[in-house]
Amino acid sequence: MGVGIEVTSLNAWYGSNHTLQDINLHIPPNQATALIGPSGCGKSTFVRCLNRMHETNPIARVTGSVRIGDIDIYKDAKPVNIRRRVGMVFQRPNPFPTMSIYDNVASGLKLNGFSNHRSLDEIVEKSLRNSALWDEVKDELKKKSGASLSGGQQQRLCIARALAVDPEVILMDEPASALDPVSTSKIEDLIFELKSHYTIVIVTHNMQQAARVAEKTGFFLNGRMVEFDSTHKIFTNPSDKRTEDYITGRFG
Amino acid sequence: MTTENFKMRNLFRDLTDKLASGLAVLATVLVIAPLVAIFVYLLYKGASSVNLDFFTQIPKAVGEEGGGMGNAIAGSIVILALGSLMGVPIGIGGGIFLAEFGRGTKLANAIRFTADVLNGVPSIVMGIAVYALVVKPQGHFSALSGGVALGIMMIPTITRTTEEMLLMVPNVIREAALGIGLPNWRAVLSISLKTASPGIITGCMLAFARVAGETAPLIFTAFGNSFWNWHPNEPTAALPLQIYVFAISPYDDWHRLAWAGALVLIVLIVLAVSLVRYVTSRGVMKGAS
Repeated sequence: MGVGIEVTSLNAWYGSNHTLQDINLHIPPNQATALIGPSGCGKSTFVRCLNRMHETNPIARVTGSVRIGDIDIYKDAKPVNIRRRVGMVFQRPNPFPTMSIYDNVASGLKLNGFSNHRSLDEIVEKSLRNSALWDEVKDELKKKSGASLSGGQQQRLCIARALAVDPEVILMDEPASALDPVSTSKIEDLIFELKSHYTIVIVTHNMQQAARVAEKTGFFLNGRMVEFDSTHKIFTNPSDKRTEDYITGRFG
Repeated sequence: MTTENFKMRNLFRDLTDKLASGLAVLATVLVIAPLVAIFVYLLYKGASSVNLDFFTQIPKAVGEEGGGMGNAIAGSIVILALGSLMGVPIGIGGGIFLAEFGRGTKLANAIRFTADVLNGVPSIVMGIAVYALVVKPQGHFSALSGGVALGIMMIPTITRTTEEMLLMVPNVIREAALGIGLPNWRAVLSISLKTASPGIITGCMLAFARVAGETAPLIFTAFGNSFWNWHPNEPTAALPLQIYVFAISPYDDWHRLAWAGALVLIVLIVLAVSLVRYVTSRGVMKGAS
């Protein structure tokens, strides 16, 4: 089941660049939350702070607190354990090129020492079914490389890979921006399905996409969160002038 | 633009295209020609002396008919195996450190610089160095010391290619590995290294092929031996050494054997490289990049 995320006075830097300034918000469990805003506004940095991926860059720094469920991820746990609870799907599909489809999905478990083959088979099938890829690949699971699939299939493979380690939260950093409209709508359908089991945070440049999939939407600008509210409110009656300017296309 | 103009321009483009393709073909021929020439000449000079005896016999005394280089082939295999055993793991380990763990640190820069300098050290100097470090303290020549000399010579090439190949692994692949909760060391070993492995293997093969033909570092280390020896701690014959000894001798018979030895050396290197390629390519998936 998904869990809620409580972010309190979160600040992040790249070198001397203060990319996130005092972010506070509550992301509700078992819903999709969309983050919108112009390029460079800090929304990608923000999701990367939610699974401690931001700090993998040697010049990056974070302060503040992020509680996922009942755990303060910067105080109570190691990054490795956080990332098993908080899955991530990246902008460009990034399956492991040397691995078969099966091994891609199983990688998170196998490489962490999980070796029960029967339950591994079950988890791989379940993950691929949940990412709506099973029917397209079930005959060539171990024969074909993950890199031989189409872009849209690769992205669903990456979602399956994230699901296989059984996370509670799934972060998606512009998951459909490199895909064609058909693949994009498949990913969006998938987000709808996944919401009932996971908490989903999705960064998107596409405002229609935010409106379609998310219950809540946050608007980021210049490293600050300008407004956070129900998606309906943000797109029909935003309280902040800057949000209104952005969604009506006056800048960004 | 008039049709006339258009045609002229097309003609010009066709010619440029043909010229460029022609130059590329010419360059390819120039690259391959010396290789083919050497191989054909070796076949011409040496093939007639390659027979079963060549692989099973040791050299005979001057004036006696026949004999072979069996002991030298065996010695080369032992020395190269010892060298690879040392050079490949250390070289790959160094490359992993440069690309994954030490990126941007002073230590990494120092290691990279040292590797580049080591790459430029003449092979005879390497032989003398290992003579002082291994042979002198031990008190005798050995296959082991030859292996050490060749192993050290393999390290810089392998380290630098491993580093280059790991740096070519896209960062998104690394992030994917961390994103599913793998510890950093696991991500490096099972994902980055595996993704870069075809290039790393090529680097190892290049280093191997280069040292397989080295003579100078073996003069002070493996020394040579006229008899069979499989023991790593005894003086040992090696193909390049044997070729050298036979080639500078005044006897026609030995010259023929030297040619045959050169031919066998090249064929063995090609065989070893192809074998490794074949074995390592079997695990690759359909459609993998």
